[in-house]
Amino acid sequence: MLKAIKRIYMSVVFLFLYAPIIVLIVFSFNKSKSRGQWGGFTLDWYIDLFKDRQIREALYFTILIAVISTVVSTIVGTIAALGISNMSKLGRTIVLNINNLPVLNPDIVTGVALMTLFISLRIELGFVTMLISHIVFSIPYVILAVLPKIRQMNKHTAEAALDLGATPAYAMRKVIIPEIMPGIISGALIAFTLSIDDFVISFFTAGTSATNLSILIYSMAKRGVKPTINALSTLMFVVVLVLMIIINKKKDKGEDIII
Amino acid sequence: MQRRGRGRIAYPYTVWMVIFIVVPLFLILFYSFTEGDIHNLKDLRFSLNGYKKVLEPIYLKVIGNSFVLAGISTFICLIIGYPVAMMIANTDAKYRNLLLTLFIVPIWMNFLLRTYAWMSLLSPNGLVNRVLLWLGLPKLEIMPGKGAVLLGMVYNFLPFMILPIYTVLSKIDKHVIEAAHDLGGNNVITFMRIILPLSVPGIVSGITMVFLPAVSTFVISGLLGGGKAPLIGDLIEQQFLSSRDWHFGSSLSIILMVMILISMAVMSRIDKSEAEEERRKI
Repeated sequence: MLKAIKRIYMSVVFLFLYAPIIVLIVFSFNKSKSRGQWGGFTLDWYIDLFKDRQIREALYFTILIAVISTVVSTIVGTIAALGISNMSKLGRTIVLNINNLPVLNPDIVTGVALMTLFISLRIELGFVTMLISHIVFSIPYVILAVLPKIRQMNKHTAEAALDLGATPAYAMRKVIIPEIMPGIISGALIAFTLSIDDFVISFFTAGTSATNLSILIYSMAKRGVKPTINALSTLMFVVVLVLMIIINKKKDKGEDIII
Repeated sequence: MQRRGRGRIAYPYTVWMVIFIVVPLFLILFYSFTEGDIHNLKDLRFSLNGYKKVLEPIYLKVIGNSFVLAGISTFICLIIGYPVAMMIANTDAKYRNLLLTLFIVPIWMNFLLRTYAWMSLLSPNGLVNRVLLWLGLPKLEIMPGKGAVLLGMVYNFLPFMILPIYTVLSKIDKHVIEAAHDLGGNNVITFMRIILPLSVPGIVSGITMVFLPAVSTFVISGLLGGGKAPLIGDLIEQQFLSSRDWHFGSSLSIILMVMILISMAVMSRIDKSEAEEERRKI
C-alpha cells in the first residue's frame, strides 16, 4: 500500500518535470503551427533551423565564447588558486571573500554592475564585453574547484622535487599540476556549462551587436511562438544529454557527479 | 619566505578582481546615491531620490511580491522535494544513481527553453487546457499571471531542493535509525527526532538554492507573468534597459543585494547553531 503511494507520488513528480520537455520534442515534429493540434509529422522546422542565419550566428557566438572563456578562466583561475593558497591568512580571506561575490550575488546584479562599468568606461557593448563578463563570472568557480585539491595535495612532494633538482617550472608541470588535475577539469567543466547556459549576464553585457542562443530564445519567446524554437530545444537537449552521459560514464568510478 | 613569494602569482588576478568585481559594485553604489545625467560626471550630485523612489507604494508592492512569490515557491519546493529526496535515499543502491540522474536531467535543458515550454503548455489553447477540456474540467487560466510565475519557479528550481536534501539524507548512518527503532521509536518519532534534525543542513542549502534565483528572476516573470506580476528583477531590468533611470535601478540592485546577503547570513547561522546543538547532544 505504502509502496504504491510512493510509486504514484514519484511518477507524478516525474510527469511534472518531464511533460514540458516531451511536449517540446513532440511538437518539434508537428506539421501544424498551432500549439495544441497535431497536424502530422514533419522535419521542416529542423530544415528551417539550419537555414536561419540568426540562429547560426547565435550558435557560433555561444560556442566561441564558451570555448574562449573556459580556456582563459581555467588557466587564470588555476594560477590564481595556486597563488591564493600561498598567501598570508588575511590576504587569502580578503581575496576569497571578494572572489565569492559573483557566486553569491544574484546574476542580475552582476549583470547590471558590469554593464555600468563598461558604459562608464565608454566601451561599446558587444562580443568583447560579453566575453569579458563570462570570464569574470567563471574564474571564481574554477578557483573554488581547484583550491580544495591544492589543500589536499601533499606539500612535501613538490618540495622533494625541488630538492632533487627540479626547476620550479618543472616541478609545477610534473608534480603539482597532475595532482590537482581533477579540480582543474571539474572547474573547466563548470565554466563551460555556466557559459553555455548563461542568459542574464549576457543579456546585460551583449548590447545589440552580439547575441547568443539564450538571448535569441528569449527574444523569440517574447515576440511570439515560432516552431523552430521547438526544434532548437530538442537538438540542444539531445546534445547536452549525450555529453552528460559521456562525462558521467567516464566519471562513474571517480567521486561525485557533476551537474 | 619562499611561500610568501609564491603568493605573488595571484596578484594579476587580484587586480582583475578589483577592476571587474569591486569597481562595478562601487559604481552601482555610487549611482544609487546620486542623481543627474549619468554620462556627465560633473552633473552628478548626491541624492537619496533613488532610495526614496523605492519606498513609493507601487514599488514597495513589487518588492514585497517578489519576496512573497519566491517564499511560496521555496516552500512548495520543500514540501514536494523532501519526500522525493527521502524516497531516492531509501531506494536500493543499484537504482539510486539512475533515479537521481533522472531528476537532474531536466536541468540540463536550457533554463529559457524550460520556461518557454510552459508558455506553450499553459496558453489558452495549450495542451494543459485541452486535457482539462477532454476531462470535462474547467479551463486553467493562470497565464499570464502570478500563478504561472509560481509554477515556473517551482518547476525550474525543484531539482535544486531535491539534490542537497538527498545528499544529506544519504549520508545519515543507517545504524542511528535502526537504534531509534530498537529503542521503541515508531516511524513518526524516528523521523521527527532523528532524520529531520539531521537533514537541516540539506534543507538550508536547498532553501538558499531555490530562494535566491527565484527572488531575483526576471525571465520567469517576463515570459510567464506577461507584465501582470512584475518582480524586483523586472524593475531593475527596466531601469537599466528601457527607462534608463540608472539611479533608481542601482538603488534597487543595492537593496536586493543587501537583503539577499542578510538572508544568507541568517541561513548559515541557522545551519551552524543546529550543527552545534547536535554536537552538544552527542
